[in-house]
Amino acid sequence: MSGADLQLDSFEELAMPLFNQLYNLAHWLTHNREEAEDLVQETYAKALKGFSSFKSGTNFRAWMYRILRNTFLSSRTGLKATMTVPLDAENDGPEIAVEQDTPDTLLCERRNRELLQSAIDELPVYFREVLLLCEVEEMSYQEISETLSVPIGTVMSRLSRARKALRDRLRPQPQVGTITNAMEKGANHGL
Amino acid sequence: MVCDSWQGMLDTYLDGEIPDEEMRTYDAHVRNCPSCSVDALTRVQMKRAIQLAGKRFTPTAEFRKRIQQSVVPNRQRSFRLGWMLATAAVLILVVGTFTSSHMGNRSGRDQVFSEITDLHVATLASSSPVDVISTDRHTVKPWFQGKIPFSFNLPELQNSEFSLLGGRMTYLDQTPGAHLIYDVRKHHISVLVFQERSLPASLDENSLSPKNLPFNMETWTEGGLRYFVIGDASAADINSLAKLLRAAS
Ligand SMILES: [Zn+2]
Repeated sequence: MSGADLQLDSFEELAMPLFNQLYNLAHWLTHNREEAEDLVQETYAKALKGFSSFKSGTNFRAWMYRILRNTFLSSRTGLKATMTVPLDAENDGPEIAVEQDTPDTLLCERRNRELLQSAIDELPVYFREVLLLCEVEEMSYQEISETLSVPIGTVMSRLSRARKALRDRLRPQPQVGTITNAMEKGANHGL
Repeated sequence: MVCDSWQGMLDTYLDGEIPDEEMRTYDAHVRNCPSCSVDALTRVQMKRAIQLAGKRFTPTAEFRKRIQQSVVPNRQRSFRLGWMLATAAVLILVVGTFTSSHMGNRSGRDQVFSEITDLHVATLASSSPVDVISTDRHTVKPWFQGKIPFSFNLPELQNSEFSLLGGRMTYLDQTPGAHLIYDVRKHHISVLVFQERSLPASLDENSLSPKNLPFNMETWTEGGLRYFVIGDASAADINSLAKLLRAAS
């Protein structure tokens, strides 16, 4: 067997174990089974084709996710999804550290899976992906940074905003006159 | 608020992304601060909930198959050379079988040998030559457990030129056995193992390669098992692999 064949064999060995997770993320991104399948298929095709350019010893998982994600962002659905959120949303100063904890306890009571899922579904795509990579794929900040091709600092601020946006969405609708809520809305950076 | 600076780092802390030293300080604070510990607990619950809710979509088996097929053609391609050789071998076999049966001297032993050749040829020609794909003998060996009525040892290949490609179950006249495929210098070699007593014809203890086979082959018994090593690799390579197997068994 030639070296090239061995390498192609190992593509399958490396890439197929990621299949379920990649599909899950693709479906989260596209909101649609058919589009998710197209996205995954295109990802595998691109990855297989570009496998020779993949540097062994570097993170294969991050590499695959990056292909999937970039393919998504350049698709029609992806372009539409990114247009709903201003790209510079994360460059508008540091996250305000004041996070009041009271509303989160309410969340415990009313949280259930479906509610959470639809809340994640409604998140802007940049928030949705970073949150899923961190919590579902359990990627380290470093891995997420490689996947999204952004610095770790950006990963952290995006993650922080994503979590906050999610908490906001899960919070019971406007409580009467809580200063906290007003403050948090103000700190929402237009999202 | 005293806790503001802690709270700002809470997520990073819970993601396990702050340095060990700070981690310990943080641990100590969170444990002793009611406000931070409540907050931490809520966020941990949230993390767990997202993790569960996030595993939401499952691909269909059909789709998995489609993708699987789109990434394997390359393995099939690598077997094409084997397949072409195999086709040639079948032709030789057919001619050989015709000649020998025409001459009326086809013994039970020759029949076993030609069936072994068939197994080797048919496997390489198949689009999925192995059912367990692994270069690790510790993966391949247990895979056979419960599938065949005996167990056997596989050699360590680290300092040899051979590599294990994988294995599959096989049958020789309804006798179940193990079929392993090894590679050496672009040649595929089949190693077949059966229980000696269930083989249709008894073979000589020191049977050497029958002259008419299109491949090099070695066979022997060890501990009640009959081994066959066959392939288009050189006789020397077949012999080295046979030695490795004998040493392991
Ligand atoms: Zn505190």
